[in-house]
Amino acid sequence: MTSAVLTVEGVRKSFGRNAVLKNVALSLDAGTVTVLMGANGAGKSTLVKAICGIHGLDGGEMRLSGAPYAPATAADALSQGVVAVHQNIDDGVIPDLDVATNLMLDQLTKPGAKTFVRDRVLRAQAGEIARSMGLKMDVKTRVSDLNVADRQLIAIARAMARAPKVLILDEPTSSLSATEADRLFGFIDRLRAQGVAILYISHRMSDIRRIADRIISMRDGQVSGTFEGAPLDYEGAVTAMLGHKMTDVNITPKTGGAAVLEIENLSLRPGWPTFNITAHKGEVIAITGLLGSGKSQLADIIFGLRKPAAGTMKINGAPYDPANANGAIAAGVYMSPKDRGNNAVVPAFNITDNMSLPFLRAFSTLSFIRQTQQRRATTDMIDRIGVVCQSQDDGIGTLSGGNQQKVMIGRWLLKPSQVLLLDEPFQGVDIGARRDIGRHIRETAGERATLVFVAEIDEAIEIADRIIVLNEGNLVGEHENSNLDLAALVAQITGEKAA
Amino acid sequence: MGTEGTRSFAIKYGFILLLVGLSVYFSLSASGFFSARSAVFVFQSVAITGILALGVTCTLVVDGFDLSIGSVATSALMLSAYSMVILEQPAYVAVLLCLAMGAFVGLINGLLIVKMKVPDLLATLGMMFLLIGLQRIPTQGNSIATGMSLPDGTNAEGTFSAAFLWLGRHRFDFFLERLIPVPVVIFILVALAIWIFLEFTRHGRLMYAIGSNQRAAELVGANVQRYKILAYMISGVTASIGGILLAARLGRGDIASGNNLLLDSVAAALIGFAVLGAARPNAFGTAIGALFVGILLQGMTMMNAPYYTQDFVKGAVLVCALVFTFYLSSKSATARKA
Repeated sequence: MTSAVLTVEGVRKSFGRNAVLKNVALSLDAGTVTVLMGANGAGKSTLVKAICGIHGLDGGEMRLSGAPYAPATAADALSQGVVAVHQNIDDGVIPDLDVATNLMLDQLTKPGAKTFVRDRVLRAQAGEIARSMGLKMDVKTRVSDLNVADRQLIAIARAMARAPKVLILDEPTSSLSATEADRLFGFIDRLRAQGVAILYISHRMSDIRRIADRIISMRDGQVSGTFEGAPLDYEGAVTAMLGHKMTDVNITPKTGGAAVLEIENLSLRPGWPTFNITAHKGEVIAITGLLGSGKSQLADIIFGLRKPAAGTMKINGAPYDPANANGAIAAGVYMSPKDRGNNAVVPAFNITDNMSLPFLRAFSTLSFIRQTQQRRATTDMIDRIGVVCQSQDDGIGTLSGGNQQKVMIGRWLLKPSQVLLLDEPFQGVDIGARRDIGRHIRETAGERATLVFVAEIDEAIEIADRIIVLNEGNLVGEHENSNLDLAALVAQITGEKAA
Repeated sequence: MGTEGTRSFAIKYGFILLLVGLSVYFSLSASGFFSARSAVFVFQSVAITGILALGVTCTLVVDGFDLSIGSVATSALMLSAYSMVILEQPAYVAVLLCLAMGAFVGLINGLLIVKMKVPDLLATLGMMFLLIGLQRIPTQGNSIATGMSLPDGTNAEGTFSAAFLWLGRHRFDFFLERLIPVPVVIFILVALAIWIFLEFTRHGRLMYAIGSNQRAAELVGANVQRYKILAYMISGVTASIGGILLAARLGRGDIASGNNLLLDSVAAALIGFAVLGAARPNAFGTAIGALFVGILLQGMTMMNAPYYTQDFVKGAVLVCALVFTFYLSSKSATARKA
């Protein structure tokens, strides 16, 4: 007795030359939880924003309950019954106000709302909403005193007060503990029973197993697979999301020389399992896993940005325990962080200054920057790594994403390192630049150990001698990159026991 | 392309052209404007605010702001008077005390901001209040001058030493006799030092990196906290230099002087954004910004514009400069992307 509430047909959306959605088609049914999976940059959030009226469409059409649906603004989408709760929960609630006001916010903004707020009436109405949603907290509590799960439930409860047809939840459990997540799932079950069509975006396999009726995988701006009917094909969904077309890059795995980085009995968070990793000279290791598998934590720990819960590290046999990024760099451990826009690019600087930023000391005499030296080094790196630009004095903002990323990687290749960490080096990078970067990393890998943290299997296979799989903070698999057993690899990534 | 070219030319040279045009206009219409003495007068009138503005520029570079500079300057003014007139100390002690006080206030500002996580505007606003109050306490709210009566019934017998007054009043011979006052020389030296520091040293470059993307600077190993504190200390020291020069010019610890210092110097630093289309804080721009205001006021004074129009004119210049910086350069940024 399912019926499509929202259908999306041939939807396209580009930002500049960058086509983010290419002909997306999907439908959401009443009383069904549809999980949307997709790696970073697959177009999930753009799709959600299009459905919520935040982005206009370049092409295609959407229908809501059979009628054409083209929301002009987010408010328009809301009033038609499409409600989204976004990932960053504090966007959804006002922490300094009490629960009642938060639940009734929509009443306050409605045209014709009374100027004076009558708290007693407000609380009575809010109490009713809270009860109908199974919320048990006192409506006079300030939201800032509540835990994350309760805030999330309030944001959803407010959304539900509008009796929506479609509810979109964007990674709702990313900041929740297991018991908090359980409460949320109970809540979702109730909404499902009420006949709401729910689109649930997540990477956590445990959530997906618990809640999904169907799974839609997105990859590269398109729907790459739709899975329904019990039992759901979880591995198929992950494979469709990550893709594993055999690539034309051929790698003869090197088995490394001496051990450079030794990680012993490391645990990422208190209570998480411990594991060992040894990285050898000349070796490129890809560390892969879903979001939340602990990849980024591991990178941060090696670069001194976090402390491990337990365990030790050694570099060339000597104990290594960096206090911060500075300490790591001094020990010859460099990291190109993920999300270059926030973590790496200095927008006010040109290519030369951006690239040489970590090593300004080496290019200075008595603190005075020697421009000739600095520019010679960066011009050289621009040629070697193939940055497409007019000159080394171009502002970094004038470059395409792929070229910006080349500058950010080239930054850490200017000086020799012991260990090079690359966290999602191919994020927002086109295929050409990806090949350039990968080739260059392999060519220069000889004198150091290289660890590449990637979510996509393709990328891991393209660059690594060895692939290590993390799942929920544990090392669950290790593969030589030749005659790979892809099925086993995918099973380890999703946390299935290998068949 | 034509409009794009014009726009980038306007952004880059518009402000300098305006400055030149203004000078030519005043030279033609106000007799005596175009002379060495008048030029020196302009420099002298902006020397102290210019020095303060250069300090605040350093805090703007790390994406901070220092509202306490005006009160640091007046505190230095009172402190130097107090140490010479009441404590009867020589000039060099007074100068050293003031510089140390400026550095200390900067250190506290910096610590409040990076360690206590107080937002920069609020931390320095609090410091401003604190200093305005503090400088009045030792003298029960009175100005300091030789011969003033002290709480114990005696009279203050110390004097401003000649060496100290030299800082504010001496003029060097330069083609003409007794032409260039010491504060102007100090202004030029401070401007050169800050310019070189910000543009040519790796410390300056890292400070700009912190101002543009603090997280990225942290991840390349820059000691962000130390650089931020350094910026506020530079700002405190330059402000105390300004206060010393003011004291040396006045020759007394005048409680009411220096009211306009904060606004004037912040204006100069912000006008500096527009110079040469930098669209960011820079020492050269700040110096030009200070001169711009000085020329404008000098010209207007010589054309008999009433004194009470001055603040209005400064405000108008500042608003225009900000439009130059933010509106025009945001337009050209979008034009580049398309």
